[in-house]
Amino acid sequence: MAQLTLVQAINDALKTEMRQDERVLVLGEDVGVDGGVFRATEGLLDEFGPDRVIDTPLAESGIVGTAIGMAVYGLRPVAEIQFDGFMPPAFDQIVSHAARIRWRSRGRYHVPLVIRAPYGGGIRALEHHSESPEAYYAHTPGLKVVIPSSPYEAKGLLIASIRDPDPVIFLEPKKIYRAFREEVPEDDYVVPLGQAKVLKEGSDVSVISWGYMARVSLEAVEQAEREGIHAEVIDLRTLSPLDIETVIESVAKTGRCVIAQESPLTCSFGAELMALVNDKALLYLKAPLVRVSGFDTTIPLYRLEEYYVPDAFRVLRGIRKAMQF
Amino acid sequence: MAKSTEVKAKEKAKIERKGGRTWTIPDIVQVLDDEGRLLDEDLELELSKEDLRKMYRWMVTARVFDERALALQRQGRLGTYAPLSGQEAAQVGSAWALKPEDWMFPSYREHAVQAIRGQRWVDILTYWGGNEEGNRIPEGVNNFTISIPIATQVLHAVGVAWAAKLKGDRIASIVYFGDGATSEGDFHEGMNFAGVFQCPVVFFCQNNQYAISVPRTRQTASETLAQKAIAYGFEGVQVDGNDLLAVYQVTKEALEKARSGGGPTMIEAITYRLSHHTTADDWTRYRSKEEVEEWKQKDPIPRFRKYLESRDFWNEKDEERVWEEAKAEVAQAVEEYEKMPERDVEEIFKYTYAEMPWNLKEQLEELRAYLKERGQRETQEE
Repeated sequence: MAQLTLVQAINDALKTEMRQDERVLVLGEDVGVDGGVFRATEGLLDEFGPDRVIDTPLAESGIVGTAIGMAVYGLRPVAEIQFDGFMPPAFDQIVSHAARIRWRSRGRYHVPLVIRAPYGGGIRALEHHSESPEAYYAHTPGLKVVIPSSPYEAKGLLIASIRDPDPVIFLEPKKIYRAFREEVPEDDYVVPLGQAKVLKEGSDVSVISWGYMARVSLEAVEQAEREGIHAEVIDLRTLSPLDIETVIESVAKTGRCVIAQESPLTCSFGAELMALVNDKALLYLKAPLVRVSGFDTTIPLYRLEEYYVPDAFRVLRGIRKAMQF
Repeated sequence: MAKSTEVKAKEKAKIERKGGRTWTIPDIVQVLDDEGRLLDEDLELELSKEDLRKMYRWMVTARVFDERALALQRQGRLGTYAPLSGQEAAQVGSAWALKPEDWMFPSYREHAVQAIRGQRWVDILTYWGGNEEGNRIPEGVNNFTISIPIATQVLHAVGVAWAAKLKGDRIASIVYFGDGATSEGDFHEGMNFAGVFQCPVVFFCQNNQYAISVPRTRQTASETLAQKAIAYGFEGVQVDGNDLLAVYQVTKEALEKARSGGGPTMIEAITYRLSHHTTADDWTRYRSKEEVEEWKQKDPIPRFRKYLESRDFWNEKDEERVWEEAKAEVAQAVEEYEKMPERDVEEIFKYTYAEMPWNLKEQLEELRAYLKERGQRETQEE
């Protein structure tokens, strides 16, 4: 077993799956010679050649639209969109076509396509390089939305996504691309889609998050522990389809729930979680649900970024609020 | 045989080219004049008498279908419908050049292409009658589903062609779109990708002069649409879209080029939509009766009939019979369409994912419970 960073685990997942399934190919901007701007596809061109690791013209709709055609024809394309903020040009192809072709054709055609994109703030980048667009895609019927929070998860979830028969939006928390290493098995394994993971068990309050915020939540919960609060942390791993059972089981046990996310607040995925807890666990609740979130603004440039993306103390304050009700 | 035909059609275009600018698109390719006479007496067509008669029959059936569908919509028996009248030659001629293993990507007006390629008229009616089942392409028919957003299907066609090339399959894909689509980003991205990766794809533009109400001159300052291909590094051809044989010839060449590794081609078929954009549109708001009348004189159907007659392939009896048969065929499709079986609401949910997730299951159950209660309530009220 190797100690890998999250971005290395992505790379490892691509190599692993490309070695055993020749239908899998990677396409996107700078994914070939350059190995990707974050080096997620480093070494792939040398090993698999230019027919399977394709530097495309600079056109996101073109990348996704042609990848849809490839997927319909029986290949397993993994399209990379270089940054979260450059997904909107491909939005039409994603929501109007990738998501609907199975439905439109009554199952005659389907789109086993993975669209990978680094997402989220925290790397002191330019505008359009720090977005958290997961709610758009989780809102869209026909798409799956997957977000890993660690190297082990990243490899297993990406392999599962590539093998999935439906289109998957795979958002990679770039803030923790290289933040820490973890043991990642060299052979292939999957982390099944649609299953959340309890990162830490606790009895007082459930903290639900995904991606980078799952790490922040763990940190916050450690601090809460020192205050005598035993919090449970759930990493959703897949927003669509959502593992509602794990969420409800946890909230039913603790009676309190904090949702930590870095996207804007209104109509966010956190809002949907609140609605679901209301539907399925209202009578277990001892306190109103708390959302710790980005604001309903554009994420600021890097000098103010740290005030936007919740840190551990903001999550801790959320936990305290839920406990003090 | 095939080769000599191709060369002649092309040479004609080259001879007539004026101005001498090497980057220009050749003059519009024509095989027949307005009266259905061969422009080049020596031109040898490889199409048999039977082929030619069948192609004519398809044009007639498409026209009958179109008029019937329009009437059904007016009577409230069909949903919004996009008529094709006037574009029969562009559709039949190009579809006839396709092989079954090729892939076809329609926009929403290619009813004749869909039918020739193996979709039934009743299925086409079923789709426009608000039932997704009409969009279920029969197994073994490489037609893609209708794409309503403009030009988005261009990229899918390029993707399929690209994938076929990567897999070593010697097939081509063809994508249909209109003049308005050439203003969309996806058209340009698709053309660009196809040029860069030399994908075996034919971009078939039916320039029917209008994108709803906006005329072709408002879409682009380019002299032709076909010349867009030059910017992407491949050949663009203009063809008389109301000339069945010219459309067939040009498309066949482009497909053969694609299948044999020659890369993409863009074809601009110059034609005219004689009817409304859709049944929700009224063409009298943006074009004159005189203009439409002028194009009616260029109707591809009588033009091709004259050609058939000139070769003694067709007579009055054939003419009478073909319209009768077409009407009967369409009438049967309508009858079958109107017997559409009741549908289960599960169909709303069924094809969203390979496996239905819990939330869809819950929503389906909730809908069923509601319908059950509504049924009981209605029974009580009776």
